[in-house]
Amino acid sequence: MNLLTLAGVHTHIGAYHILHGVDLEVPEGAVTVLLGRNGAGKTTTLRTVMGLWAASKGTVRFAGEAIERQPVPEIARRGIAYVPENMGIFSDLTVQENMLLAARGARHADQLDRARLQWIFDLFPALQKFWLYPAGKLSGGQKQMLSVARALCEPRRLILIDEPSKGLAPSIVNNLVQALRELKAQRTTILLVEQNFRMARLLGDHVAVMDHGRVVHTGTMAALAADAELQQRLLGLSMGLSTGLSMNAHA
Amino acid sequence: MKSATVRSSAAAAAAVPKAHVDVRPIMLLVALMVLGLLLVGSPSTWLTLTVAGLAMGFIIFIIASGLTLIFGLMDVLNFGHGVFIALGAFVATSVLGGMAGWTTSPSVLLNLLAVFSAMVVAMVVAGGVGWAFERVIVRPVYGLHLKQILITMGGMIVGEELIKVIWGPLQIPLPPPEALRGSFFIGDAAIEKFRLLAVAVGLLVFLVMMWVLSRTKVGLLVRAGVQDREMVEALGYRVRRLFVGVFVTGSALAGLGGVLWGLYQQSVTPQIGAQVNVLIFIVIIIGGLGSTGGCFIGALLVGVLANYTGFLAPKVALFSNIALMVAILLWRPQGLYPVTSR
Repeated sequence: MNLLTLAGVHTHIGAYHILHGVDLEVPEGAVTVLLGRNGAGKTTTLRTVMGLWAASKGTVRFAGEAIERQPVPEIARRGIAYVPENMGIFSDLTVQENMLLAARGARHADQLDRARLQWIFDLFPALQKFWLYPAGKLSGGQKQMLSVARALCEPRRLILIDEPSKGLAPSIVNNLVQALRELKAQRTTILLVEQNFRMARLLGDHVAVMDHGRVVHTGTMAALAADAELQQRLLGLSMGLSTGLSMNAHA
Repeated sequence: MKSATVRSSAAAAAAVPKAHVDVRPIMLLVALMVLGLLLVGSPSTWLTLTVAGLAMGFIIFIIASGLTLIFGLMDVLNFGHGVFIALGAFVATSVLGGMAGWTTSPSVLLNLLAVFSAMVVAMVVAGGVGWAFERVIVRPVYGLHLKQILITMGGMIVGEELIKVIWGPLQIPLPPPEALRGSFFIGDAAIEKFRLLAVAVGLLVFLVMMWVLSRTKVGLLVRAGVQDREMVEALGYRVRRLFVGVFVTGSALAGLGGVLWGLYQQSVTPQIGAQVNVLIFIVIIIGGLGSTGGCFIGALLVGVLANYTGFLAPKVALFSNIALMVAILLWRPQGLYPVTSR
């Protein structure tokens, strides 16, 4: 069953026409990876789902209901979490305060779901260590962990993650992959934008490839991973799977 | 997962180096006071000027704190903030005028009750008008800075004219109640009683505001919204509703500041808001747009400097706050405590 469906979605940002009729289905309980070159419209697609940029045409249905005209907070309250490319952490707030904001049901830190918090600490131990530290002082990898952790602070039906590996050292990326794999094992529905094809292959169940503001290919990640000619044609990749290099390096 | 327990966060934090607290702006204030002592020469005169400056600074902080959050949260440049100051001051003339029996009584309690009544009524009226101001004037121009400047200045002009219609165009005296007139003496230093009240009220507002901002979820949302409004909305919070609350609170605080400023000047005119507007914009720019802590230090700097220069070189006094702003912006172009995302 599809949790999220986009049909013929167009998005304009000012005078620019970015999405030209995106059709996309995100099955429940699986990881769908959105691939494509820079400027293909991946981030715009996530932001349009979240309502941060309004769809000018087309429908976005979440759990069967149209959400494309809903304000951003209403979309979030339906159970959609968003991890933006710039991480979106509140630098002047502590790690604890960032997490408290993500938990809408908690008014004070002692009302955070302790069991869930421990699970998050097990995934990202640095967050426990720096619990009372200003988030702006964390390293890039720790900030990314906090950004993902915020999305996990309460149960969500869908998590939108935009390029979590961008700018991170390989060892940090490995930690992140581990955490996301654990989420995947728990059947969390994730729509992931990722330029790092190695990471995308490790996590993805389904894949959608975008180009010029449209989805030009959908299928399983396994099928794409096994078809070098298809990768070359869709992504401009050359043996990207074996080298683990990102599309940016080859495009 | 359910049975797991969280280790003490304090213990976890103990392994972490302490976060750096930037004390240089506070040291700047201390340095200014020390410099003032050296230039003024007489410790008693210096003490009188310093208390007067701090009182002025606290009143400016009360007025400016709401404005800086209004800008920080929604990028709204409200040049009409001054009208709430004038409104608060004029409401105080009516309330205190109607309670003349209490204000002229030798009872300190009745005097203070009269002043606090004026403060409460002024805050309610200014907050209510602020709510209407946001709906009618500010809401249609979200995100449009030029239009915000024009329409909020226009709103202030209309507000001033309405004040003239209600209270008349002339200056109205606003003497403090009996118990707040005159001075205490510490040695040769005269400390005006009303200024101590202004310091006490200002300190109370500052402490309550800092408590709300740092200890409550609403405060956390305001601080987060000032940094990244979009992300707060993406977490499921309605920032516009929060903004209305901040706007109304900011207007109410401006009304409270208007009462104190009117009593400080001992008279009110319809132009009182426009006059104070210049000072509060200097303060929020010095402090760092959207920063409450910066606004607090900036207001105290402006108040203390204005009093020192007024005594030492009256001709320089008018220029001194502009010079302070220029000097601070040359040192820190984003203000004393810049909000991180700006």
